[in-house]
Amino acid sequence: MIQMIMLSTMNALNNIIGSGRRLLLIGLAGLGATGFSSGVSAEYADVVLNRLSDKNDVRPVIFPHWFHRIRFRCKVCHNELAFEMRAGANEITMGKIIDGQYCGLCHNNEVAWGVDNCSLCHSGKPGLKTGIRGSNQTGGPGRW
Amino acid sequence: MKFKPRHLVFMIIVWSALQAQGSGWKSLSEDGLHDPANPAIELLQQPAEALSQLPPDTVGNRVLWNRALREQYIQPRTNIYPETKIEIIDMDIIMEKTGEMPLVLFPHRPHTEWLDCTNCHDKIFIEKVDANPVNMFAILSGQYCGQCHGAVAFPLTECNRCHSVPRSTFAGKPGVQSRTN
Repeated sequence: MIQMIMLSTMNALNNIIGSGRRLLLIGLAGLGATGFSSGVSAEYADVVLNRLSDKNDVRPVIFPHWFHRIRFRCKVCHNELAFEMRAGANEITMGKIIDGQYCGLCHNNEVAWGVDNCSLCHSGKPGLKTGIRGSNQTGGPGRW
Repeated sequence: MKFKPRHLVFMIIVWSALQAQGSGWKSLSEDGLHDPANPAIELLQQPAEALSQLPPDTVGNRVLWNRALREQYIQPRTNIYPETKIEIIDMDIIMEKTGEMPLVLFPHRPHTEWLDCTNCHDKIFIEKVDANPVNMFAILSGQYCGQCHGAVAFPLTECNRCHSVPRSTFAGKPGVQSRTN
């Protein structure tokens, strides 16, 4: 029975290659994309920041772009605040944040929660590598 | 009705589409990044709670962010410092060196709604038509458009969102199309 099904599937595939190769390719590409994206579970554009966290025995920071984008345009952090657009390229320290730099412009208990709420930002699994997550749907070489 | 091979292909396509739709947003404790052992995780907003309220997309955060902004589903702040100058540029550029692909239409307007001019000029793009040797390999490796697209803005699987002007119907001149602002 299984052999029969396999045979008929093979026949069907042969016919398709003759008659509708483009459709088949689209279907397979769809399958591939689906399979790949289901392996990626982080929300698109989440950033892991672990330049110093592990070394200091705190959880790495998970920065969710989606959450901040609802409230601020990109230009607020990437222009007014001068965050480099490259994960790990900003030498953020708690000292600078307390001084009002980087996250500290808002995370000061006025605009957003302050630095006394460590585990709201330092919320990642220990050992995560710094970088952008949830975004590698193209499988390109990427250097984020 | 006789079952034909193309029906199988159609079923595969529909199934793929449904899979992509149905996967939804992962809760923070299951996203592979957040530590479920962190008690504070319960205080953080879940992606599904916020993103399910916004115009749906099939890729990225599954949100059409430009539409969400344009139709005021969201009203993100443009600045913190009152003296910061906000510039919105309404000017399209058509790029023609796209091989056999449709031409690329780059709209300044949605980009400047989100970004400041200095985010791209001249760090990523020299402010002159034809001065930037943009190509897909560079983009895929995170340069030019790929600085954001594929990382934080809609992914590089969405060819036709940029390659949106058919060669056969475009009768104008490539480069700057209009400037109203």
